[in-house]
Formats: sequence, structure tokens, C-alpha cells
Amino acid sequence: MKIVVCIKQVPDTKGGVKFKADGTLDRGAMLAIMNPDDKAGLEAALRLKDQYGGEVTVVTMGLPKADAVLYEAMAMGADKGILVTDRVLGGADTWATSQTIAAAIKNLEYDVIITGRQAIDGDTAQVGPQISEHLGIPVISYTEEIMDVDEKGRTLTVKRQFEDRYHVLKVKMPCLLTALSELNEPRYMTPGGIFDAFNTELTVWGRDDLKELADENIGLNGSPTKIAKASDKVAKVKDRTKIKALDSASEEADYIVSVLEETHVI
Amino acid sequence: MKIEDYKGVFIYAQQIDNKLSTISLELLGKAKDLAADLDEKVTAVLIGSGVSDLTQTLAEYGADRVIVVDDPALKDYRTEPYTHALASVINEYKPEIMLVGATAIGRDLGPKVSARVATGLTADCTQLDIGDFPLTPVPGQEDKQLHRQLLMTRPAFGGNTIATIACPENRPQMATVRPGVMQKKEPVKGAKAEIVDYNPGFKENDCYVEIEKIVKEVVTTENIADAKILVSGGRGVGSPENFKLLDELAEVLGGTVSCSRAVVDSGWKPKELQVGQTGQTVRPHVYFAIGISGAIQHAAGMEDSDIIIAINKDENAPIFDIADYGVIGDLNKVVPELTKKIKEQQAAKAGQ
Repeated sequence: MKIVVCIKQVPDTKGGVKFKADGTLDRGAMLAIMNPDDKAGLEAALRLKDQYGGEVTVVTMGLPKADAVLYEAMAMGADKGILVTDRVLGGADTWATSQTIAAAIKNLEYDVIITGRQAIDGDTAQVGPQISEHLGIPVISYTEEIMDVDEKGRTLTVKRQFEDRYHVLKVKMPCLLTALSELNEPRYMTPGGIFDAFNTELTVWGRDDLKELADENIGLNGSPTKIAKASDKVAKVKDRTKIKALDSASEEADYIVSVLEETHVI
Repeated sequence: MKIEDYKGVFIYAQQIDNKLSTISLELLGKAKDLAADLDEKVTAVLIGSGVSDLTQTLAEYGADRVIVVDDPALKDYRTEPYTHALASVINEYKPEIMLVGATAIGRDLGPKVSARVATGLTADCTQLDIGDFPLTPVPGQEDKQLHRQLLMTRPAFGGNTIATIACPENRPQMATVRPGVMQKKEPVKGAKAEIVDYNPGFKENDCYVEIEKIVKEVVTTENIADAKILVSGGRGVGSPENFKLLDELAEVLGGTVSCSRAVVDSGWKPKELQVGQTGQTVRPHVYFAIGISGAIQHAAGMEDSDIIIAINKDENAPIFDIADYGVIGDLNKVVPELTKKIKEQQAAKAGQ
């Protein structure tokens, strides 16, 4: 089975978001990591490969330093890494990003494409479904589980999550799945894997390598949505005097009761 | 694309099991305000099988017109036929603005439709306004400033950045809108809407999936987004059994129990009770955060609550940065004490 996994390098928010003295976000102080949903998608791909054999190719689009997530993916067990990077591709919204990644994938053979549901920086969850649309293949968003693979019949059976239910769906390959981080617990890199990864050459594609991509659909100029205003939200600094550590649970309960009375809740 | 051909504010009227989702009414509320600013009409697009009896509710909540796409292929939500339905309606009726709920359906349907009709899409908006783009004209290019644009505001980065986005050169201007944020209007009993039946035809292709099974997860609780008082527990509660402390507190206050993602991930509570970025956005009058550390993803779903009261034994927990009031202490001791004292207070008041 040929599997393509789309991954993104994002700033890590898990260790807490860092703010500058003026209360705005300090992006430079945060580590760059592989987006968690994407990592779950990669793990799902590696498990398919473990079970059915085949090849896992990871694709990322970003700055040259985004190669770090490709090396990490290969150290986990991916076979090939492709970095799509070019100045003219920068500033892309989800339309232009999905056009670009779809054009890169058109250079590859694939049975299944897996993306994360959403990236923790943009939180849009749009790029996966939009890639599927540009490729003309079915999408299963919010994949909770890959339940069965029918290689002969070229179908997958997957569990698709909704708010109050799930659907068990049979989908024809080639198809695109967007993975939830709940899908699995990603494996660690192995020492041998790390060694091999750094001895494997990455493929780097620029704009000219993406033949089926129109100039009007790339980068900032090819993005239908435009930012009118962007601001880092100033970190809320509240009055800590209303956070109390008192001598006993009873006094603390009294304090909360007084708050509820003052605010007319009780 | 001739931009001036696109008119009116459209919403996707999401229904599940032929029941309208709350988000559909919230979108109508917002659409009515936007349509008033533009002096345009509100159209609801209703897609499903045997759904025509829902049109009256849509009229009462503000739709001037309802376009109904009714076909057996649309019985349960499937990406391809629903995308075909909504994209065909857009191509035929040319809306200026198209709003979709940022639900598990809308966040699949929205990107597919926007890619099919080749327009931009802004995800998970929390504010929508009509205004100018650029916000202030570029000096010397005042005539290039566009008016009557949809300005779509959304948080990103777990709520730590805010961006306002426009879609100046493509139509429709499309957004998904976070549930629980926009206000629905008071329904007008007996209001009438123009009903338009439209069917673009549905032919099965390789993008159609087969639904083998639909498994509903039992929802026995009321919707946490509607609760005035939420008693929310996190990993610090320690066990599913220990949630009874929260149940008791919620009961004396007439509140509802909710939880953080860690609790859902541990299988202690169902996903419907989850507050936060991957759960529900809530803004109750009072939000108790009990044993919740307050990661930004959680904060994004509850920080607009009127009063936030935190109980946590870790004084460095980030929840104390967003809480209005808090105590640093053991929830196992504080919560039962609190329940007891509230009961006493209520009894004393009742006896007055």
C-alpha cells in the first residue's frame, strides 16, 4: 500500500504559551514540533504499513527548517520525505496551501493520504478536505479508527466521529483521511531510525517541480482570504488577590459562599 | 466571477435525524443582522431527505427564503452528496455570504464546498461584521478601499491570537461559525418564508461512501452550552466515582456538570460534556473549574464565562490566571464543605 502523510511544523503550545513583557505571544520562545494530529496520522500510516506492507511518504510544506519534522517522521519509520519550499509559496491561506500540497501529491502514487484533523497554530481543519477536493477523491474527516482494509476490493472501513455519534463508513481507495490525535499513541523514534533518517536524502521541491499548479493559486496573491487585522491577544492578568490559600477547607468553602452571595448566585 | 451577481446572506441549516441543530438558529440570528446592514435578505439552505417540515421553524427564526434540497441520497450526512447539494445551490443562487456552523459536519462540508466553488473560507469565526477592507484606506488609494465586506474574526493558536479576515475578490464570502457564540433571535410565530425546492440530481460516483453503521452515543445530560451554572471537573478529580462530589455541588446550585478533555480521554465522561477547543464553547453565568489545570485549549472554551471560580491544589495552575476567584486547596475537602455550606445557607434563607 502506498501511503502519503501530510505533516506540518508548528510551535509547541503544550508547555504553555509564552508571552513577551508586553503581553503578546512570543513565538520565538516556543519549540517547533510536529503537529500532534499529524503525528497520529503518521502513526496510523506506519501501522498500516506494518500490517499490509508498502511505503510511507511524508510531505510537508514550509520554510527550509521544516525539514526537522521530516527527519523525525523518517526516524519513526517513514520511508521518504518531501519538503515543498519556495518563497513564492509563502503567505498561503488554506485554499493556496491545499492547491500546492495537492499539486505535490499529484507527483506521487498513492492509495491513501492521511492528514491531521487540524494544526494547533491555525486550527482551521480545512486543508485536508480541500486537498481531497483538488484531487477529486473521497475524504473522511475526523477519523477515529481504521477498522479494516480490503486490499483486493480497494476499500477501507473507518470510524468517523461526530458530536453525539459515529458512523462506520466504507470508502473506496484512493481516499484521504483526516486523523484525530485520539486515533492512537504515536511511537517513539528509534536510535537506528534516527541514524538512518539522517543518512536518507530528503526530496526538496520548489514551485517549478509542481507542474499541475496554476500561478493564480499560490502564495499570498493566490489566497482568496486576506488578513485585515491580526493581533496577539494580550495575556489576561487578573487580580491574584482574589485567589486565596486559607488555613482550612472550611474557610475556603466560606470564601466561595461569600463570593456566590456577593454575586447573587445564591 | 462577477461579484455584483452575488447577493444575499445564506446559511446552511444543519439538521441531524431531521431535527434542526441549534447552530442553524444561531446562524439565522447573525445572518439577520448582517442582512440588515447590507439591506439584503436571509436564505436558509436546508439539505436532507424528508425535511420539508423544518422550513416553518427556519422562517420563524428569521429566514426570508428557504431553499430545500430533498433527496433520498441525502438521508444521513455524507460528504459527497451534501457537498454537491450545497455547491450546486451556491452556483445557482449566488449568495454574497455563506455561513456554515463549525460543527463536525460543517468543518467537513465547509472546506469541501469552498474548494468546489473556488472561494475562500474562514474557519471557526467568533465574530462577523460588515465593514471596509482594508480597514483604513491606503493613503492615495482611497478609491480602492472596498465597502460592504464581510469581516470575519477568529481566534487561533488556542485563542491566543485573533485575526480579522476578509475575502475581497471571491464570492461567496464563506465562514464557518463556532457554535454557542452567536445569539438566536426570538422566534416570530407564524412568520412566512418563500420556499424553493431545488434538486441538482444525485448520481453515485467514487466519492460516495457507504454507511455501514450509525452508532449514537447515549446523551442523557442536558446541553452544557445552555447551562447557567457549570461545575466542571478535570483530571484532578481523580476518578469517575469522585465526580459525585461535583454532581452534589451542581445539584444544590441547579447547575450542570461538565469536564475537561483529559476527563474524556480517560473515559470518565462522554465527549458531549467536554469544554474547550475540541469540545464545546460555553459561557455560563458561573463556571467552577475544579481540578482543572486550565490549558489554553480549555481556556479557549470557557474564558468568556461571567464568573470563573477555580479550585485547585496547585497554586501555579494556569487556571488561576483566568479565574476571577479561586482557592488553593484539596478539592476532596473543599467541594463537600462548599456543598454543605450552600445547603445551610439555602435552608437559612428559606426559613427567614
